[in-house]
Amino acid sequence: MKKFIKKNDFIKLLKDEMTISVGGFLTNGTPEKLIDLVIESKVKGLTVICNDGGFEDKGVGRLIVNNQVKKLIASHIGTNPYVGKLMQESKIEVELVPQGTLAERIRAFGAGLGGILTPTGLQTIVENGKQILEVKGQKYLLEEALGADLALIGGAVADDYGNLKYSQTMRNFNPVMATAAEIVVVETVKRVSEIDPEDVITPFPFVDYILED
Amino acid sequence: MNEKEIIASRIALELGDGDLVNLGIGIPTMVADYVPEGKHVTFQAENGIIGLGPLTEEETNIVNAGGMKATIKKGGAFIDTITSFTFIRGGHIDVTVLGALEVDQEGSIASWIIPGKKVPGMGGAMDLVTGAKKVIIALKHTNNGQSKVLKKCSLPLTAANQANLIVTEMAVMKVEKDGLHLLEVHPDYSIEDVIKATEADLIIKDVQKMKGVN
Repeated sequence: MKKFIKKNDFIKLLKDEMTISVGGFLTNGTPEKLIDLVIESKVKGLTVICNDGGFEDKGVGRLIVNNQVKKLIASHIGTNPYVGKLMQESKIEVELVPQGTLAERIRAFGAGLGGILTPTGLQTIVENGKQILEVKGQKYLLEEALGADLALIGGAVADDYGNLKYSQTMRNFNPVMATAAEIVVVETVKRVSEIDPEDVITPFPFVDYILED
Repeated sequence: MNEKEIIASRIALELGDGDLVNLGIGIPTMVADYVPEGKHVTFQAENGIIGLGPLTEEETNIVNAGGMKATIKKGGAFIDTITSFTFIRGGHIDVTVLGALEVDQEGSIASWIIPGKKVPGMGGAMDLVTGAKKVIIALKHTNNGQSKVLKKCSLPLTAANQANLIVTEMAVMKVEKDGLHLLEVHPDYSIEDVIKATEADLIIKDVQKMKGVN
């Protein structure tokens, strides 16, 4: 049940204007080798979904510095000044989403839901243009589901079947992003022959490909 | 003690035995250094740790919510973002301590954007202040002589009416239904000093000397 993919075949999956979700938190758990290949592919006009804008020399920040990203959907961009510069020049669109809302929007897509109801962002500019619904006397924002064409998963420990667990805090957005994309590609930090079924975080059916070393 | 140490040490007294606590970046992070001995507090980091330990120089894949190499305490757990924000938004965090650019007498908080100048983003802050049982705001009382404790926040909000306690180097203030109560004043300042440095209307009834500072 191994589903390894060679670097060249991974590059063939990439297309201009794609939406790509990328795991990681301030690049902890971000698949840097897969990012290398996206840079090598020279695809452009990407919409990138990631917790943050990474750094200018690390994570999705490198795709942004390489001017491959048309739109970034993230909760935080403060660690990558280049994002702010592109925003001022109107060369990138940035949608800032509260971190918990971002995670739940992705989860909703993976779980076949249209969206979620959250109190986060009420009475702030985050609610602009969104429906407010009342349930049992409590107001909530309707936040729509968010999926991707391709998910790039990092920090993974994979077994021969394609099951995954994750190294330490590299887990973060990776398991949820692995549920919410047309194609899911994984970069491992470690390979094992078998993960105890009680310890599997991402079961193999969510995984399409594992990048060959 | 410098101003930041005063704020952090005072806030540490607010943490209860057995509390699950999330500390923001900056002054809030320093609160962990002042937890009184014998008090057992568990720290959560929103990137995915229950039982966050001290920073480390050693090789590790563990980072804290500021992206710095950190450790996990015995009995702790690594969690994904969904579980982390289930704790945060679902009311399972007892106390969150966050910095802010502005806070006002109605408990509204502004911390994530200065339009046209700086747009770092909200990260997990909006969820934290919405979901935590108690929200403590840690900030310097003034910025270049301008009060950061206002009648009404001028910057875009992180959340409306969510702050419970405001701790600065000068004072401890509590947000109540009837307004902002001045509870404690640092011994280096008088009540008049605090009033002068505060744009918000302060309700002054029974003011104590700030606890936990010498």
